[in-house]
Amino acid sequence: MTATTPKARGIEEVPLIVEQIDPELERRKRLPIGAWLAGGWMVLIMGAALLAPVLPLNDPNAEVASIPKLAPGQEGLIFGADGNGRDMFARLIFGARVSLTIAFTAVILALIIGGLLGLLAGYYRNWIGNVLASLFDIMLAIPALVLALALVAVLKGNPAENEGGLSGQVILIIAICIVSIPALARITRANTMAWSKREFVTAAKAQGATSGRILFREILPNVLPAMAYITLLGIAIAIVAEGGLALLGAGVDPPTATWGNMIDAGRQDMDEAPFIMFIPIGAMFITVMALNYLGDVVRTHFDVRESAL
Amino acid sequence: MTDPSPPPEPTAPSAAEAAPAPPVSPGEVLLEVTDLRTTFSSPRGPVRAVRGVSLTLRRGRTLGVVGESGSGKSVLSRSIMGLVPSNATRTGSVRFAGTEILNADAKVMRSYWGDQMAMVFQDPMTALNPVLRVEQQITESLHEHIDLTKKQARDTAMQLLESVGIPEPARRLRMYPHELSGGMRQRIMIAIALACGPRLLFADEPTTALDVTVQAQILDLLQTMQQDRQMAMILVTHDLGVVAGRAHDIAVMYAGRIVEQAPAASLFAHMRHPYTEALLRSIPKLEMSKHTRLDAIGGRPPDLVNIPEGCAFAPRCPHAQDRCLTEDPQLVPDPADPDHLYACHFPVHGVLAAATPVTVGAASGADAGASS
Amino acid sequence: MLILGRKLLQLAVVFVVVTFFTVFLMSLVPGKPEVVVIPFDTTPGQSLQKQFREDNNLDDPLPIRWAKWAGAFVTGDMGNYYSSSDTEPVSGRVKHNAPTTILLIIYTQVVSLAVAIPLAVVAAYRAGTKTDKALNSMAFGFISMPNFATALLLTYWLGVKLGWVPTQGYTAPSESIPDHLKSMVVPVIALSLGQIAVYMRLLRSDLVATLQEDFILMAKSKGISNRRVLWRHALRPSSLTLLTVAGLNVGTLIGGAVVIEYLLGIPGLGTLVGEAIFSRQYVALQSLVAIIAITFVLLNFLIDYLYTVLDPRIRERAA
Repeated sequence: MTATTPKARGIEEVPLIVEQIDPELERRKRLPIGAWLAGGWMVLIMGAALLAPVLPLNDPNAEVASIPKLAPGQEGLIFGADGNGRDMFARLIFGARVSLTIAFTAVILALIIGGLLGLLAGYYRNWIGNVLASLFDIMLAIPALVLALALVAVLKGNPAENEGGLSGQVILIIAICIVSIPALARITRANTMAWSKREFVTAAKAQGATSGRILFREILPNVLPAMAYITLLGIAIAIVAEGGLALLGAGVDPPTATWGNMIDAGRQDMDEAPFIMFIPIGAMFITVMALNYLGDVVRTHFDVRESAL
Repeated sequence: MTDPSPPPEPTAPSAAEAAPAPPVSPGEVLLEVTDLRTTFSSPRGPVRAVRGVSLTLRRGRTLGVVGESGSGKSVLSRSIMGLVPSNATRTGSVRFAGTEILNADAKVMRSYWGDQMAMVFQDPMTALNPVLRVEQQITESLHEHIDLTKKQARDTAMQLLESVGIPEPARRLRMYPHELSGGMRQRIMIAIALACGPRLLFADEPTTALDVTVQAQILDLLQTMQQDRQMAMILVTHDLGVVAGRAHDIAVMYAGRIVEQAPAASLFAHMRHPYTEALLRSIPKLEMSKHTRLDAIGGRPPDLVNIPEGCAFAPRCPHAQDRCLTEDPQLVPDPADPDHLYACHFPVHGVLAAATPVTVGAASGADAGASS
Repeated sequence: MLILGRKLLQLAVVFVVVTFFTVFLMSLVPGKPEVVVIPFDTTPGQSLQKQFREDNNLDDPLPIRWAKWAGAFVTGDMGNYYSSSDTEPVSGRVKHNAPTTILLIIYTQVVSLAVAIPLAVVAAYRAGTKTDKALNSMAFGFISMPNFATALLLTYWLGVKLGWVPTQGYTAPSESIPDHLKSMVVPVIALSLGQIAVYMRLLRSDLVATLQEDFILMAKSKGISNRRVLWRHALRPSSLTLLTVAGLNVGTLIGGAVVIEYLLGIPGLGTLVGEAIFSRQYVALQSLVAIIAITFVLLNFLIDYLYTVLDPRIRERAA
């Protein structure tokens, strides 16, 4: 990020710096095999999560193994059984159902709200825009996880008199959604600002297009790749956030299977049966990596500038 | 990392000249380039930026390399020096003081760079590191090539700044590039290039990025330095006016080749290539802005990925005939003057010497005609 | 001076908005706050609950309540912890726990930068090669590993399997430096991995851009070593984004510290935040969130200042 900008140059000044190639360009040429793998994994895990109730799986909350902590592969349980003798594989799939629902719903809601606010803040460069932008910045001064924790605590209210309150999943969705809004809004705003300066926007204005039309027909389509990129990343972060909150006891109440709850249960049995912890960690890791990778593919494919984020 | 060869140059005016230099007596051949070709690999295919250039440069002489953007002139100088990116392949031969350096390894080249050969870049706004003080940028190459104490290096840097005409050198040394004017920065770049007393100086469009009012000053400075230090200099420019009166010899480049090469006086007096003629017509007048370039020549230089068959200039040439589109003319001596080479089937007989509209170079036309 | 004034104003605004937001949030908790915070008041006549109402001005409207809280906060009174029979000032625990978290974050940042910068330089220098691709894949792995997962895996591997580090707990440097360092290995690595990846990728892409600048070619043309070109000429102008992100990441780190400290039983600010939330010590939580937000803003001031050290052109404009 240097202030100097290269001048327009003739053909002769083809890249003249030593060791200088354009790896971005090379990567852009074709979808890398990794993209297929990552996409394939996401389809698989999301498909399994969606179809979990109709798949021939054990009840994730039933004791099915003869002994707790049954090693993987025995008694027909490919991932073994957890500390309560429950089928790890079934819990993993049903856990994916809850964890992914929370992550996707929270981030997509945040994208709608934050994206809209970001578009407005980026387009209206007057006091409305400034106030909104400052608000995003201020909200970002509270670490997301701390804020999410506080929100969960408030929303759960007093456990002693918790009746007819929101379900654990909804609370998590709200908490994760709210903490994601400022980040998504801020990024959308930065991209909107960049695009608002383009000639075609000026041209549309000159032709008397309404602000709404300019925002949604001219700017939004161009900002979408950046939003897609940050949404994929946001979902990955939300999956991790569910895990973190579960470990802190602020997740969905047990015995509901979520990846976070599974990790939390597994860590109690770390000494004897570490696989109970490894399996959900593995699933979370692969999913998060797949989402990150897909995000990166979107970014390089559409040339989203990382520094603008 | 000092080259272990003996005596300091006798003509050295300052301590900066302490660089070792295998003796090359005045007028002796310092640089010999034979059939140099540089090709960049690119997603679109090979970019043939330099296509077989041969030239000879003697000590104490200046060669002007002239051409439009895209003619390969900058790539040529960087190819000679070896400052090319890893996606470039070079073939042919580059002999410096009798040693073949074309494919010498990086370590050997680094011992030449800054010490034996140096380059003044086009834009002093971008070619000086914005976050380092002037002093660091000058003394860096001194420390690299000559064993100096910090104090000696600073004194040398001061002398260098003085010699390139910078007042209050002590104060300037502590400054950052952005605190200096464009002309001042270019003087500093020259000081950096001259720091170790190179024997070959490349000046790549040294004035293009500068204000018209300081262009002549910088060119005069380069010329003075070149003469004082008896360096060989390659002055790359798109402007024939810049080399007029400053270069002993001129090579005109088009599409990666030399299309006409001659002692300056002979070139201006009897230019044979239509492209040279067109270039001369297009010399910018003083009142033009610095970005006005050669608009007089219709069309664009060829795409170096797809160079047309025949003479590369033919599509833009007013004198082109059928033969030009199929047969590539070779660079041959003029029967009347063996020092004057050109590559054209139907050479022109331009006699424009009297009309040479020297613009920026007007200050000193001294020895342009005094060539071999 | 003008800039300093603006910064102070900014700080004030952040303070007001963040703390007002927390006060507001706490007012949303269903039920009477004094009963939520002190469910089992064992003092005679439930005087503690009354004291709680009084201490926290619960009979005042929200803005006044906030103003009174803020007035106390700026004089160092961060309110109290309430147990079933007693109170304890929050500031005492903050003073006790803050150094641990500060150390944890400093170690993490130092380790992250010390690993990420050289890797980024190598990746940028070898841009497009196998080395670059391998480093990029490694970064993906690091980014995708949740910090608590790293902490758990390392605890298992280094603690349970190899027995090199304790699986739980913390030793202060004043007690034993080697034990202190051992107790920091897992949390620091857990918090560093993701950051290493982020820093590395950022710096690499900025370095690749810088390496195409004219002044790099100019530096090469002086015959100086590639190492010097990279470290001396390219690194500094490329490090501004890295610096910004490293500063912003302190916020993320504090969030990460909450989980990691809790998992590993390290008594830091993160543990305090967690405790405050779970034992519903809303007064303490409010003060803790305010402290974190202020730290965050102050750090960003520091970064703005560091900018001017790294890039003299900015120094000029600021002056």
